[in-house]
Amino acid sequence: MSEEKNTISTMAEMAAKGEQPEVLFWVGCAGSFDERYKKVTLAFIKILNKVGISFAVLGEEETCTGDPARRAGNEFLFQMQAMSNIQTLEGYGIKKIVTACPHCFNTLKNEYPELGGNYEVIHHATFLQQLINEGKIGLKGGGVFKGKKITYHDSCYLGRANNIYEAPREVLQALDAELVEMKRCKTKGLCCGAGGAQMFKDAEKGNKEINIERTEEALATGAEVIAAACPFCMTMMRDGVKNKEREDNVEVMDLAELIAQHESL
Amino acid sequence: MDFLPQVLFVLVLAIAGYFLYQRVSRIRKNIFLGQKAARNDQPEKRWKTMLLVAFGQKKMFKRVIPAFLHLLIYVGFLVINLEVLEFVIDGVAGTHRIFAPFLGNFYTVLINVFEFLAVAVLFSCVAFLIRRNVLPIKRFHAPEMKKWPTLDANLILVIEIILMFAILTMNATDMLIQGKDEHYVQTGTFFFSGFLMPIFEGMSLGTLVFVERFAWWFHIIGILGFAVYVTYSKHLHIALAFPNTWYSNLFAKGKMENMPVVTNEVKMMLGMPTEGDANEAPAEVARFGAKDVNDLSWINLMNAYACTECGRCTSECPANMTGKKLSPRKIMMDTRDRAEEVGRSLAKGGKGLEDGKSLLGDYITKEEINACTSCNACVEACPVNIDPLSIILQMRRYVAMEESGSPASWNNMFQNVETSFAPWKFAPTDRFKWANELKNEEN
Repeated sequence: MSEEKNTISTMAEMAAKGEQPEVLFWVGCAGSFDERYKKVTLAFIKILNKVGISFAVLGEEETCTGDPARRAGNEFLFQMQAMSNIQTLEGYGIKKIVTACPHCFNTLKNEYPELGGNYEVIHHATFLQQLINEGKIGLKGGGVFKGKKITYHDSCYLGRANNIYEAPREVLQALDAELVEMKRCKTKGLCCGAGGAQMFKDAEKGNKEINIERTEEALATGAEVIAAACPFCMTMMRDGVKNKEREDNVEVMDLAELIAQHESL
Repeated sequence: MDFLPQVLFVLVLAIAGYFLYQRVSRIRKNIFLGQKAARNDQPEKRWKTMLLVAFGQKKMFKRVIPAFLHLLIYVGFLVINLEVLEFVIDGVAGTHRIFAPFLGNFYTVLINVFEFLAVAVLFSCVAFLIRRNVLPIKRFHAPEMKKWPTLDANLILVIEIILMFAILTMNATDMLIQGKDEHYVQTGTFFFSGFLMPIFEGMSLGTLVFVERFAWWFHIIGILGFAVYVTYSKHLHIALAFPNTWYSNLFAKGKMENMPVVTNEVKMMLGMPTEGDANEAPAEVARFGAKDVNDLSWINLMNAYACTECGRCTSECPANMTGKKLSPRKIMMDTRDRAEEVGRSLAKGGKGLEDGKSLLGDYITKEEINACTSCNACVEACPVNIDPLSIILQMRRYVAMEESGSPASWNNMFQNVETSFAPWKFAPTDRFKWANELKNEEN
């Protein structure tokens, strides 16, 4: 545990002091409410504090980007959400956003501009990669993950949707771990089963759950850690590992958590 | 009477041309049943995409063996068609192998190259027939492949095999004729058709000329007939792969197309200034989302006609591989079938789109579109950049906004987003509570 306390300012607090952060951390609904993903949020906050970047969150002013509504077909609801979020972001003069959710990332980056919201949006995988390249994190050799087998599960909304395949892998390489690939990876990566608003309903009738198919593939690599970069993938892969009764020796972890542990944060 | 073959040839050409013209105009009309969509930006990038993906077969090579076999047929198709030019000139002018005297030895080289490609096409077609009918390749035996699609695929391969045999037979008999009649146009020796010569060796000159002429006519009529057949077949990709890749989606695959109509309504609801002239009559909105082919864009419909039903999309679809009903290939096949149905009806002066049927409901079910994870695996897999996801998402829009017919759990999710500003039912005031956990952790 670090001696210094981690600070989290909201945009409202910063604005009251007349300050403008370098970057807004868009926490997302899963990062705010999901018991498991809140840990990812905290890990990322610790990293932001450690590298000393000036950042803020929206706190209670943040609302759903509208992604699941849009994917499920409710364009009205999506655009209502988008417009109101854009109003909030414009009100604070936000220029740059980082988020740990590929769905929020995709929506903010690709879909808000047409509705008037233009920001530099980066996913935390790319953000962490930049910090590593700048030498701010991940430089010390050894560490808890040295030589450990880690496999990376591509999130569809980072990978095929936005062509981000290398950033998360570079982050894992900084851990000095052994990165093992699944048979279906990168452009051929298999979905966890939760995209397109599937997270919010039961799967249609079939003969297998998609997350079980993917988990079997991940377990077949012999990895001790399944690295993810998306809250929905995290849930689906964790459920899969539990289903296979492997939760005692296989962990599903987010990139930010891996870096935070590596840095002993 | 010497003109008879020429007259006959021009007649055959005209008949084939007429049918081809009819079909192409029909398909054009069917495609333009779709909504307008402007996709002419970044022409340089578009030409490049077309060159790489369609002409260069780039995405085919994700699977090397079929890509190689397909490449042989593709190159054969492009190159052997040069020979058709000679066929047409000979046919119209009443000449025989008009290029031979002009090109001399080069003609011999050229025809040998064509023959090599003909044999390569033969080889690939036989390999594909075996792959399709004998090997247990799942995507060729999916439910949507029953009956016509499988027959269509086999017919194409068999026709190509027969056409290649016709060329080789024609060349083999021609060489024999040249040996018996020195006034015949001399072409030099052809390597591959040489192997067929023993079959015809015992024949009289008259019989040989008959066989040679028969093979010639069979080949040219076969090609013209095939060209017409292709317009009814999945094989139309040989033409449409090119415009289809030119009109590729160049945005990030994750971006969903915006609905400006909704933007205007939302802005009015929020009291924000709307775009365009307020006095201008609002664009006529038929429907939100897509129920039938005319709600889709013309690019969606061109996609459907460009699909050759290879099934790479379906074999990569996570929903399909886990036994759900969704098959992206079926989405494209259904779209084309419905466009054809409407087109046929309109051509007869029938009810067309008003026939009481629709793409969603009569062809594609909600169960199928609800199973999609929007993972883009199908879009990534398609060798000609078809986008089945776009159609699926437009149909979901119709179901959600016109029918309020989304699955109950999605309706709950919508309600949560509306009232709690999150897809789960949490109090918005609890959104920032995670920060307390950090403080607790530190104390």
